[in-house]
Amino acid sequence: MARLLTYSDKDTWIHRLSGVTKLLFFLLWSVAGMLTYDTRVLLTMLVISLIMYKLSKTEWRQVGTVFKFILFFLCLNLLTIFAISPYQGTEIYGTKTEIVHLFWHYTLTREQLFYEFNIMLKYFTVIPVVLIFIVTTNPSEFAASLNRIGISYRAGYAVAIALRYVPDVQSDFTKIRHAQEARGIEMSSKASLYKRLKSMAAIIFPLIFSSMDRIDVVGNAMELRGFGKNKKRTWYSGKALTMNDYLVMAFVVIFCIGAMAVTFHDGSRFYNPFV
Amino acid sequence: MKPIIEFKDYTFKYRSQTEPTLRDINLSIYPGEKVLIVGPSGSGKSTLAHCINGLAPASFRGDVQGTLRVKDTDPAEAGIFGMSKIVGTVLQDTDGQFIGLTVAEDIAFALENDCVEQGEMFDRVKKVADVVDVRKLLDHAPTELSGGQKQRVSMAGVMVDDVDILLFDEPLANLDPATGKRAIDLIDQIRKNRNATVVIIEHRLEDVLYREVDRIIVIGEGRVVADASPDELLCGDVLGQEGIREPLYITALKHAGCTITPQTHPAHIDTIDLKPYKEQVKAWFETVKLSEKTPLPETALEILDLDFAYISGKPVLRDIRMKVAKGEMLAIVGKNGAGKSTLSNLICGFVNPDNGEIRLNDENIGGLSIKERGERIGLVMQNPNQMISKPMIYDEVALGLRVRGVPEEEVQERVYRTLKICGLYPFRNWPVSALSFGQKKRVTIASILVMDPDILILDEPTAGQDYRHYTEIMEFLKKINEEQGITIIMITHDMHLMLEYTDRSVVIADGKLLADDTPARVLTDDNIAERAYLKKTSLYDLAVRCGIEDPSAFVERFIYYERQVR
Amino acid sequence: MKTKFGIKEVVAIGIGTALFIVLTNVQVPFGIIPNTALQSRVAVLTFFAAVFGPVVGGAIGLIGHALGDALFYGGIWWSWVFPDAVFGILVGLFAKKYAVKDGGFTTAKIMIFFNVVQVIANAIAWIGLAPVLDILIYAEPAEKVFIQGALAFVGNIVVAGVLGTLLAYTYSKVGGKSSSLKKED
Repeated sequence: MARLLTYSDKDTWIHRLSGVTKLLFFLLWSVAGMLTYDTRVLLTMLVISLIMYKLSKTEWRQVGTVFKFILFFLCLNLLTIFAISPYQGTEIYGTKTEIVHLFWHYTLTREQLFYEFNIMLKYFTVIPVVLIFIVTTNPSEFAASLNRIGISYRAGYAVAIALRYVPDVQSDFTKIRHAQEARGIEMSSKASLYKRLKSMAAIIFPLIFSSMDRIDVVGNAMELRGFGKNKKRTWYSGKALTMNDYLVMAFVVIFCIGAMAVTFHDGSRFYNPFV
Repeated sequence: MKPIIEFKDYTFKYRSQTEPTLRDINLSIYPGEKVLIVGPSGSGKSTLAHCINGLAPASFRGDVQGTLRVKDTDPAEAGIFGMSKIVGTVLQDTDGQFIGLTVAEDIAFALENDCVEQGEMFDRVKKVADVVDVRKLLDHAPTELSGGQKQRVSMAGVMVDDVDILLFDEPLANLDPATGKRAIDLIDQIRKNRNATVVIIEHRLEDVLYREVDRIIVIGEGRVVADASPDELLCGDVLGQEGIREPLYITALKHAGCTITPQTHPAHIDTIDLKPYKEQVKAWFETVKLSEKTPLPETALEILDLDFAYISGKPVLRDIRMKVAKGEMLAIVGKNGAGKSTLSNLICGFVNPDNGEIRLNDENIGGLSIKERGERIGLVMQNPNQMISKPMIYDEVALGLRVRGVPEEEVQERVYRTLKICGLYPFRNWPVSALSFGQKKRVTIASILVMDPDILILDEPTAGQDYRHYTEIMEFLKKINEEQGITIIMITHDMHLMLEYTDRSVVIADGKLLADDTPARVLTDDNIAERAYLKKTSLYDLAVRCGIEDPSAFVERFIYYERQVR
Repeated sequence: MKTKFGIKEVVAIGIGTALFIVLTNVQVPFGIIPNTALQSRVAVLTFFAAVFGPVVGGAIGLIGHALGDALFYGGIWWSWVFPDAVFGILVGLFAKKYAVKDGGFTTAKIMIFFNVVQVIANAIAWIGLAPVLDILIYAEPAEKVFIQGALAFVGNIVVAGVLGTLLAYTYSKVGGKSSSLKKED
């Protein structure tokens, strides 16, 4: 099983920020990253992301595996776009500057390259922030943060339960897979699709059904300790907001407004260097 | 004094069932008492607990007749939330009850729900963490804790509210013997320091009696069958009739022909007055003659100098060397996390050793895949629900053959044969869901047996089972061991299982093979017991206190005698 | 089925999401186009939505997909998160009708109905919503995202249709009555 990203306890000002701040930052940042195709904005965001990555003292070994994986998918995605829509860039930017004719109807254009470069930038502006968010935010604080930004505590706690039981479910999964493999069930790539679907069933059915029993036990345990009796609840691991939190929140709000203003001032989300 | 819990002509019927689960219960428990409730599975003892903490009828719907008052409150009216301030419940499933992401959060859970201020929570959590000795673990995640530690966190989680009654639902089910002993000790301390009323529901009677209990209430088929002090109860026959295992030293005394009287205080092996029984026990010891064991010459499985580490530099197993003879029934024991499961993972090929060799019938199986090994070494998981993937019994048992492309006629023939061996043939067209837990366990064993393996490995085959089901499963395993000649390896920390059903125990502690000997000797050795989190058997103490020079021989003869009379 | 958001629902979302996350990379890929495979987690989502209803289904789709993406792949593709949530809601809308817990999911009629629902829900989510969001949010080329959407649609109806139906059927049997069973010699 692939290694999941996990929180690591360090002492930087980013770690010390409240989860609320980081969640808000992450959400606004991804919205901005999603909406803008303005290369100047994207580049600014990239630089800021990288600085924050550095400041968070995140180490390569924490995120390396996942990062390589993203990179692989990014490349695959870029190639797919070119394979299916080689002239998307031309359509967007309205010009066609050919670099080299490849084969059949595929011609490499500067517009396509620039378009795909922007897509790549979009990935890279958001990825470091996601990575930082995960490795610097204590999962314990996550539910409290969700509750504080206005999401009901029940929904917040559902997330906490998910994070709590991921390791348990993961070890159950490994145990079940091993036992079923010993009985002769394989998920090898050689078998037919139907067979592989059957093998999948043999592993996930016991996993899901034994989890259904767990829902009752956990539900009773929570009710016995008074979960849901009040309209509100407090959080043991909630963090009070500090000056830094307000500064970061102010920064991200202003930055995002500014970024949107720059992006959309000419009515188009694309920055066009070709005209 | 006024009772804190009082059942009067109390009857409870689950809405989904036609017959009441509890009938005409009359029972009073007084403040500060420590009461043990015993009874076989399905007797209604858990329902009794649910009625006290309000889960029934609020969560488990049902109809009530008669009255129940818990600290002057009717649980049916107060509901689960209302009762949570009066009764603290510690559930059997330590993973299910551990809700928080860390120890501190889990302890604080009830406080959070009461909207207690954060600062106050910190103080109260620290205080109660000291009581159960988990202060150093406050920021640990549940995956970093042992079963015993998780249970202590659960206790802290209910004590953080000043509850009057502590209710324990099978607290020992998932613990190894030494950890269980500590848990009972802790419960006792808590009761003394807080002056709380303690109700323990458990079928491991001897283990609970490790510390003083005021009264034992025996539940059988929904009724109170007995309500007496431990001293009185152990003298009678009620326990045996209700399918509850009495303490081993009591059984030994009875075998020796002693008539046990309450005046000798038989509740504890340390304090029982043995004077009236001593000579009889000694005489009985002399009369039991062991028969000669025929040695089992052929080796089925051999493990040579095995080393293994998940992360290099942190060995999980070191230099393991052992042999298993053909047709043997063997126990691998040791505390949780000692490396027992890793050893079975290595044998099954789920992980590969860093060093050493595993030989099956004199052939190195290092190169075989999981699937290939699975045809010769079958693994049965602890929880049958984690193995069963087909709705119908027949299909579940046939699964291993079908994926190997065995023709359907042969599949049917072999499945029917196996179902007959396992006593499941009459149920062959039933859905798995219609079976009891023990029967499901047999289905999983059948689904492995059908492949004709040489060796069967069972992970905790009897965990959480009452005496009746324990006997049912173990007698079945003994039968297939004797009749089919199959070699059986059991990974367990059930000391009764070791004593009663195996001739040899391999003890693993801290990644090393600590002992390879008869259960009688393993369970009478202080050093082994301590390092492997086992507990010396009370038979040993009985022998010593009766002045028998060779206590392990006494244990051995006891086992032999037991097997003869069974 | 209760529609209120009680403890059972909270726990069902939590455990369902944990399952969804763990199964994120348990999949059988077909083809090399990113994000397309027979995903076992779709079976979890379908089953939980069918048993617990639209709130639980929608929440597992939303939280499970977002967290699963973030924890495994370090990024969140919102344009594919929302369709999973919508799918969970749509399948869950008819939970009362399937009556999985009460043993009702055993007739051919209900299974056909369930599959009609899941195919329509998948179509709305993957042929409709996902590509449109991809275009709106990421300005990806239309041809590419519709091909991806169509592949996801095919993969998911297979998983939801085969595994989802079987899971619901099997679970329904668990809750069903067994009094009609007789031992045979």
